[in-house]
Amino acid sequence: MNWTNLFKISLKALSNNKMRAFLTMLGIIIGVAAVITMIALGQGAKKNIQNEISGMGSNIIMIHPGGERRGGVRLDPSEMQTLKEADYEVLRKESLFLAGLSPNVTVSGQLICGNNNYPSSVSGVSTDYISIRQLEISSGEMFTETDVRQSAKVCVIGATIVDNLFPDGTNPVGKIIRLNQVPLKVIGVLEAKGYNSMGMDQDDIVLAPYTTVMKRFRAINYLEGIFASAIAEEMTDLATADIESILRRQHKLKDGDDNDFMIRTQQELSQILNNTTNLLTTLLACIAGISLLVGGIGIMNIMYVSVTERTKEIGLRMSVGARGIDILTQFLIEAILISITGGIIGILTGCGASAIVRLVGNWPVAIQPWSVVISFLVCTVTGVFFGWYPAKKAAALDPIDALRYE
Amino acid sequence: MEKKVIELQNIKREFIVGDETVHALRGVSFSIREGEFVTIMGSSGSGKSTLLNILGCLDTPTSGEYYLDGISVRKMTKNKRAILRNRKIGFVFQNYNLLPKTTAIENVELPLMYNPEIGSSERRRRAVDALKAVGLEDRMEHKSNQMSGGQMQRVAIARALVNDPAVILADEATGNLDSRTSFEILVLFQKLHAEGRTIIFVTHNPEIASYSSRNIRLMDGHIIEDKINGNILSAEKTLAELPVNDDEAE
Repeated sequence: MNWTNLFKISLKALSNNKMRAFLTMLGIIIGVAAVITMIALGQGAKKNIQNEISGMGSNIIMIHPGGERRGGVRLDPSEMQTLKEADYEVLRKESLFLAGLSPNVTVSGQLICGNNNYPSSVSGVSTDYISIRQLEISSGEMFTETDVRQSAKVCVIGATIVDNLFPDGTNPVGKIIRLNQVPLKVIGVLEAKGYNSMGMDQDDIVLAPYTTVMKRFRAINYLEGIFASAIAEEMTDLATADIESILRRQHKLKDGDDNDFMIRTQQELSQILNNTTNLLTTLLACIAGISLLVGGIGIMNIMYVSVTERTKEIGLRMSVGARGIDILTQFLIEAILISITGGIIGILTGCGASAIVRLVGNWPVAIQPWSVVISFLVCTVTGVFFGWYPAKKAAALDPIDALRYE
Repeated sequence: MEKKVIELQNIKREFIVGDETVHALRGVSFSIREGEFVTIMGSSGSGKSTLLNILGCLDTPTSGEYYLDGISVRKMTKNKRAILRNRKIGFVFQNYNLLPKTTAIENVELPLMYNPEIGSSERRRRAVDALKAVGLEDRMEHKSNQMSGGQMQRVAIARALVNDPAVILADEATGNLDSRTSFEILVLFQKLHAEGRTIIFVTHNPEIASYSSRNIRLMDGHIIEDKINGNILSAEKTLAELPVNDDEAE
């Protein structure tokens, strides 16, 4: 078979019908462009969420009391008292994979400063908390180990607290705020972080030494939770296992016993969100894929009509010596050329549309190279698949009938 | 004695239409030697189209033997017949059958496009030669819709010549043309005949018979007349005697 000649013939046939070829391509163009743009949007959203989670500290590990049963009644985790300060001390001493470790006890109530007050809560934490949550001090300083040891009446406050307690713009550092009759001296202000992706205000925060909260506010000897951060995100699983074995030993749990604490990582959260966005991407890709399919059917439709319309031409080609396979190849090449050209234009359009969405809509967009490759392959296969039937029909024509066809 | 280009031995062709069997050809035998200009005549229904299809290897006979240039065609597959058509036969149709929106030279090149043995430079050279032979060397890049009927038929004849066929099969080649242009085409056929080409001209126009070297007349699937024309008229002379149309000039 003479491929070069058949290719030339197909190219010529297409260029003779540029408008029709373009209109046929349109379906493929829109299909491919839609696939690429939709996947880029979905993946962009996913990346955005991932960034936000790692901004929250994707290596964060949270330990909560839990699993304890008293007389068959399950208790609210906040009522449980299985996590003690000693657990924190042991973890701090023995755990190998943790970069930071901080107990967590909270007390809520009305914060008062002069004429202003604001309902909030004070988190009792250790000095590591700042690094675990990736917080920054904008003015003043964080409390120290000494403050923790002495249960000092000091605190570090977030931007929302500043706005509500010091609306006139005075520098809060050095001022005294009160909660439940206990005065706390503001020694630092945190850099504003804004709302997180779940809509929680991350600046509505007051940090105080955990010892202060435990002794001066709550008068309790247990912890509500322990925050930790693994050395790196990939070490989170290792760190989790390490914490679990240390705490089980510390709590003297036997092999068959359930844990009386729960360990949560942000990874689980990020996995859930990933799954959600992946689902969204798949959904968008499916919708776009359908338009690609419709585009393919468009090719079949036009090629089918074109075979009927060009019956006479096919008859002539056969009479001057084209074999069935030559005709089949010609029509197949035409279909593939249409779909590949459409595919290339579609890829360019898709990338362009993604860029426009990013610029105009300010949406996160991430064009995926694999989506480009796949949609290109799919549209080539579409060309072969949907071009095959009309081409087969053309090749099966009888030259006598085809020549006589009016 | 020149060699036989075409030899038919008791060719029969039957079609089954519904429950009926239609006998289109009821035993046709003749042979055509190289260099003959044969007209095959007959009214519609006489079987001349069927005969043309068989001669052109588009169709195969139900029974009987057909040798084209010494090759038996009857048991050939579709693909082999396509290749045989490509190498041995040149078709000229009543309605020209040129590819639309395609230049004269590309139309002429078409048969060679399906012959992988011929490269593109050779193809172009032969197409140019064929167009020169029909007197269209100055219209090579004209598209088929920019040409008159006579010019289109010349392109079609050039296309039939380009593969240097054993036989040129013309099917009512002058049927769509006015009488003046018809004679111009006939002049061309006579010129090709004079150059030694074998031509079979199928027509229902008895006038054309007197310009060819041999006449075969068909009726109801039988040959009823097969005679050598001793007195071949010159188409050129007839053309000169025709009144000149003023609107002929382009």
